[in-house]
Amino acid sequence: MSASDVNALELVDVGRRFGALAAVSNVDLTVAQGERRALLGANGAGKSTLFNLIAGDFPATDGSISLLGRDLSGVPARERTRMGLRRTYQNSSLFAQLTVADNLFIALRGVRPGRFSLRRPHRRGDEMQRVVALAERVGMGGWLDHRVADLSHGQQRQLELGMALVGEPQVLLLDEPAAGLSPAERTHLLALIVGLPPSLTVVLIEHDLDIALRAADRVTVMHNGRLLVEGTPGEIRANQQVRDIYLGSQGN
Amino acid sequence: MRVCAGRTAAWLALAVVVAFYPLVVPGFWTYQIGAQSLLFGVIALSLNLLAGYGGMVSLAQMAIAGAAGYATAYFGVNSTDLGIALPWPLTVLTAIALGTLFGAVVGAISVRTRGIYCLMITLAIAVGFSLFARQNYSVFNGFNGFAGVRAPAVAGIDFNEPVPFYYLTLGVAAVALGWLYHFSRTPFGMALQGIRDNPRRMRTLGFDVIRLRIAAFALSGLIAAAGGVLFVWYNGRISPGAIDVQPTIDILIISVVGGMASPLGAFVGAVAFVLLQNFAIDLISPDRFNTLIGLAFLVVVLFSPEGLTGIAQRLMRGLRGAVRAERPPGDRETSTEEATARRIS
Repeated sequence: MSASDVNALELVDVGRRFGALAAVSNVDLTVAQGERRALLGANGAGKSTLFNLIAGDFPATDGSISLLGRDLSGVPARERTRMGLRRTYQNSSLFAQLTVADNLFIALRGVRPGRFSLRRPHRRGDEMQRVVALAERVGMGGWLDHRVADLSHGQQRQLELGMALVGEPQVLLLDEPAAGLSPAERTHLLALIVGLPPSLTVVLIEHDLDIALRAADRVTVMHNGRLLVEGTPGEIRANQQVRDIYLGSQGN
Repeated sequence: MRVCAGRTAAWLALAVVVAFYPLVVPGFWTYQIGAQSLLFGVIALSLNLLAGYGGMVSLAQMAIAGAAGYATAYFGVNSTDLGIALPWPLTVLTAIALGTLFGAVVGAISVRTRGIYCLMITLAIAVGFSLFARQNYSVFNGFNGFAGVRAPAVAGIDFNEPVPFYYLTLGVAAVALGWLYHFSRTPFGMALQGIRDNPRRMRTLGFDVIRLRIAAFALSGLIAAAGGVLFVWYNGRISPGAIDVQPTIDILIISVVGGMASPLGAFVGAVAFVLLQNFAIDLISPDRFNTLIGLAFLVVVLFSPEGLTGIAQRLMRGLRGAVRAERPPGDRETSTEEATARRIS
């Protein structure tokens, strides 16, 4: 089996219960390498919980998850990140008191050796250049010195994406990256996502159907913690069940 | 640019004041006020590292300093027949190594807790250690502890004399303070600040949060131990009373009053504390000292959660704002490139 035959993500019968509540149950999901997959579903459908299970924020109570062919049972979140998994959060999860450059620097350090280093990075060193390059890649090149708390919501979402692109990511989990953005900011962010290297596998949770269907090759719809249907954007648009549940009667 | 220059000037002025201070004040002010403030400042600085950068408030810092103090007595010169007298550099190294190790152990025990639970666990360790020292006679010499502990004389300079001892504590304090400012910009220091703000995020960024926290405790143990060596040299003696609940809480008070978020706050708090401790007696009866300290603590915490340094910073910012408002607008902003260059340097 060559490396590209290995699926980026493979979830078999994955479930997560919180006491009596089954937030996610019986999820089988396979995402090929380089695929762009959108995950749709109403609030409470279990999309973010599924991301948390894949990223290792908390363990699955049932089933198994593999990342690039490696079983993730018992693998802590930090190790999954070092294996090439990156994620963003639905609500920006940044270090608000630090600057943009510091946030990117911390993210970069997380996937590189020397996390305990007591030496200051050189001002023109390789790492600082990477930080600048990352910031420019997500359109934050002019904001390196600004405190994150002073940024607009849209800029924070861009930075969040930048932090997920550090090192050599293989699989990117984007949790509603466009939430709360203005139409112009959405278009900008969508361009950033569409412009990501084709080798990168992207799973995208998105409420904005337009963004989801434009950015994805395939779409998976969840409902009440279970998979409802999977297909191409065209198939999903045409699916009556999806229209009823997700779009309501207004969907067209 | 102007802000930077102003800050450099302020630091220079501070350096000149503390460097020439013993030359213009009497011995009491050099030793009891100056040196004592500096050594308490070093111990409180170890808490500022943990609390300010790591968000972990530990009450074990005086216990760690005390352990290093006991080690200095045990592995050095003292007036009991206990202990092994090593040459002084080895005494100091052993004391600091043991303090660092103690810090790491405290970290390993308390690192999974936060907030009030971290406080309680570290308090329990501090009280436990103090009780153990009181009851153990084979190593800690029980209730009496050790007396006759002396700082070394090096190259004809006797560090038991007030002025040399002042400069010794000043040197240690300056190195520790400068190192902590450096530390805050190192990968480890930045990671620690990230953990303070969002540990869950740090995990998904690839960090081992538990190990980083333990390492931070070890580093803070190292600083506390350096303060502990100075502490025992200053007093010439150490006993369980020196690491009791009261001194344990004093360190927390020093940190909070000075300002936990700023390394310099440890020293500001220590000066305030030592001044109050020495001169409150002139104002009130000695057994009301704790009431006064308590009131001072309340007032500072009530008006500025960032302590005295917070008040100073706010005043400075207000002043700067007033100066800026009088300047033409073009002068106010630095360009983005300039700001970026400044950040990266």
